[in-house]
Amino acid sequence: MTTEFKESIHQAVNNANLTGALGKFSEAYKVNRAKAYEGIDFEELRGRIAELKSSAAAHLDELSLEFARNAEARGAKVFRSSNPAEIREYILKVARDNGVKTVVKSKSMATEEIHLNPFLEKAGITVGETDLGEWIIQLAGQTPSHMVMPAIHMTKEEVSDLFSKEVNERLTADIPRLVKVAREQLRPMFLEADMGISGGNIACAETGSIVLMTNEGNARLVTTLPKIHIALVGIEKLVEHYRDIAPILKALPRSATAQLLTSYVSIISGPTPNPDGSLKELHIILMDNRRSEMAADPKFKQALQCIRCASCLNVCPVFRLVGGHVFGKVYTGGIGTILTAWFDELKKSEDIQGLCIQCGNCKEVCPGKIDIPELIMEIRRRLVKDQGLPLLQKAIYSVVNNRKLFHGMLRAASLAGKPLASGGLIRHLPLFLADLTNGRSLPAIASRPFRDRFREISQPKLQEKAVFYAGCLIDFAYPEQGEALVKILNKAGIEVVFPEEQTCCGAPARYNGAYEVAAGNAVDNIKALLSVDAAYVVSACPTCTVALAHEFISTFESLGQDEWLPKARELAAKTVDFSTLVKKLVDAGRLTLKEGAQLGAITYHASCHLKRTLKVAAEPRELLQKAGYQLKEMFECDSCCGMGGSYSIKLPEISGPILQRKLHNIKESGAATVVMDCPGCVMQIRGGMDQDGATIRVRHTVELLADRLAD
Amino acid sequence: MYEQFKTRAEAVSAEVHRFGAKPAALNFILDFLKAEGVADAPQAYALWADCPFLDGLDLPSQRELPGLKFQVTRELAAMAKFGISQAGWALADTGTLVQDSTAVEGRLVSTLTEIHIALLPTNTILPDMPTLLTLVHPDQSSYIAMITGPSRTADIERVLTIGVHGPSRLIIVCVDELGGAN
Repeated sequence: MTTEFKESIHQAVNNANLTGALGKFSEAYKVNRAKAYEGIDFEELRGRIAELKSSAAAHLDELSLEFARNAEARGAKVFRSSNPAEIREYILKVARDNGVKTVVKSKSMATEEIHLNPFLEKAGITVGETDLGEWIIQLAGQTPSHMVMPAIHMTKEEVSDLFSKEVNERLTADIPRLVKVAREQLRPMFLEADMGISGGNIACAETGSIVLMTNEGNARLVTTLPKIHIALVGIEKLVEHYRDIAPILKALPRSATAQLLTSYVSIISGPTPNPDGSLKELHIILMDNRRSEMAADPKFKQALQCIRCASCLNVCPVFRLVGGHVFGKVYTGGIGTILTAWFDELKKSEDIQGLCIQCGNCKEVCPGKIDIPELIMEIRRRLVKDQGLPLLQKAIYSVVNNRKLFHGMLRAASLAGKPLASGGLIRHLPLFLADLTNGRSLPAIASRPFRDRFREISQPKLQEKAVFYAGCLIDFAYPEQGEALVKILNKAGIEVVFPEEQTCCGAPARYNGAYEVAAGNAVDNIKALLSVDAAYVVSACPTCTVALAHEFISTFESLGQDEWLPKARELAAKTVDFSTLVKKLVDAGRLTLKEGAQLGAITYHASCHLKRTLKVAAEPRELLQKAGYQLKEMFECDSCCGMGGSYSIKLPEISGPILQRKLHNIKESGAATVVMDCPGCVMQIRGGMDQDGATIRVRHTVELLADRLAD
Repeated sequence: MYEQFKTRAEAVSAEVHRFGAKPAALNFILDFLKAEGVADAPQAYALWADCPFLDGLDLPSQRELPGLKFQVTRELAAMAKFGISQAGWALADTGTLVQDSTAVEGRLVSTLTEIHIALLPTNTILPDMPTLLTLVHPDQSSYIAMITGPSRTADIERVLTIGVHGPSRLIIVCVDELGGAN
């Protein structure tokens, strides 16, 4: 990570205005979005959008031609180009041919993408942004920090300072008054402008129409008052049929701003008469700029399903801390990372792709059904493929890929960590590693890992067997969680087998783009875990479970290695997370929890991989309640704890505040214990509580249930 | 359908009224204009864009109601306070008005003014967008305009503020016996 990038993060997280505004907005957004989608089957709707957009993406060339034919038949001039410089020149030529002196613009990310404003201004043309947010950042000399709300990072005081300079009058930070000032200032600009430039929210091939959506009404003025209208549209906005407009109009405002519909929607199909009776000159520019290449990429073609609602930004725990500017100058947030890698260059995304903590929030709300976290991982993989791993990581992974050496080092660390540990937690680390324990204590490595303790557990000899996949954290930091799991399964009549050749699940390597390393881990684990004939492979770590159940397969697929695919699928089919298995056993009457006790209040932290990838939410809660605990839900129970594997090590300045927010929400719940299904989250949250000095107990579900087994 | 339309339109700050016949609707509009101080002066007069509602109506002369004009130009619209136009359809599920705005006059009076009064034949309220798209096609209209509530922004600190570039008030006047003529 560059120093400059680290510095921009540092500035952002320490900007109280920014984090305050974004934090408040993200909380309100969640509630309002849910309300806007009331009574709508979101999965069905986004399924339709994904289908029509992916079908359009597969036929970009045909649809561009069809659009051009139909729009031209209505009298529009259509210019197709792949080259930003050529597009800028085209617009300048239209302006020069018509003696254009001033241009009014309604918000268009495509024009931001080709940096049109500075280009036109350099040519002596005055360009006025008319969307209030865009105008604010234009006056401030900044770039948009959010696709839908460009000036979300600014306070009303900052805006009033800017406007005061503009009107030469000291204005107070009264928002309705500031909006009125903008109306008064921009109105003459609209009336005098010779040319209007807009983007396009949708371009419909069947009718040659463009669809524009605004709330302020500026797109209506931009397309009505000047005699020339140029619409710059990225070809990913193309849809085939006229009827395809409806589902996008349904989802876009709901996902973008939690509105049922924006105040104004215009479907423009060919030129219309000007107020003086002449016919408007309508130019539509279809811009490719690497979109066709993206469509030809088996992984990234999916990104063309984006309808530019920016909901991936609104739900992102990292975006709400750092805002948009850390991401760069044009597209921001999750989808912005992907668009930057393509429309700018892969190299440009090197730093920003590291901002993704892989919590999966964005994937859950994306109306285009884009697997944004997966695509960001693919960027990582390609970066690593192109540039190789940083030396330190290379050294780490060469160890991780050698199980004996790796486990040997973990054992050694248990000794080395002793002087620093107290009460089972490491509170401080020396010098350059200090950031690791910033706001969070780390668990001391257990003096005897689970693999050693397992040999001493005396289990009954039972017919039914389950293979236990411990994962590094339970094996080396929390062996007691593994012991609890054995106790529970034995009670249900299942004997636990622990193949010692099992090793790291490969998630750390994979999340850092080192897919070859992850594939090596996958092969070792497949061999170990399938060496025993068992009904289940159970894990009490959701990240490991996801690796076994999904990622071994996708890692092999990404690398084009199919030798181990059948075995990976066999393993995936047997893999189950702890709570799901136990719930099944309880439901089948094979396991009984002591009921009737009043054990007090707990709150449940829903881990990212469990909730959003494995889709397990009710099971642990039901089990804990059955065991006698009273469940008090915390605010944002399913928002990330900030751990994200090595994320907390690489970006402690972001991971820290995310953790603090989680700790706050846990404490606010009033429960004395917080429970979760993930040892990684236990490590993060227990460490945070320790540094915080709070007395709240942090437990894995497996530990609480093991104490409540009925005879 | 009307009730749903009204609820949804009011939820986005539009004001919705309903009348049985044209004369009652006309009286309402004239009374409204007077109450809001219509006058033959810049920022005070009203522009009424030609529309089916006006067919065969006895309208007050300039002398009876100074400030009500039926000629729409860009210059006049820029200084008008009120704009009156007719919508062709509406969508019940979002409280949206839909106009064929190919002719620029309808757009001028509904965008540049402070208060937009929109006439709507009650029987043209459609359930939703997909229904509209089967009825109104770009072959008939080069500029299909949808209006849902007054102009709004939340670009400063996410605070909802009404009336940016477009009108700050939207008065919808539904008329039952207006027919569905567009």
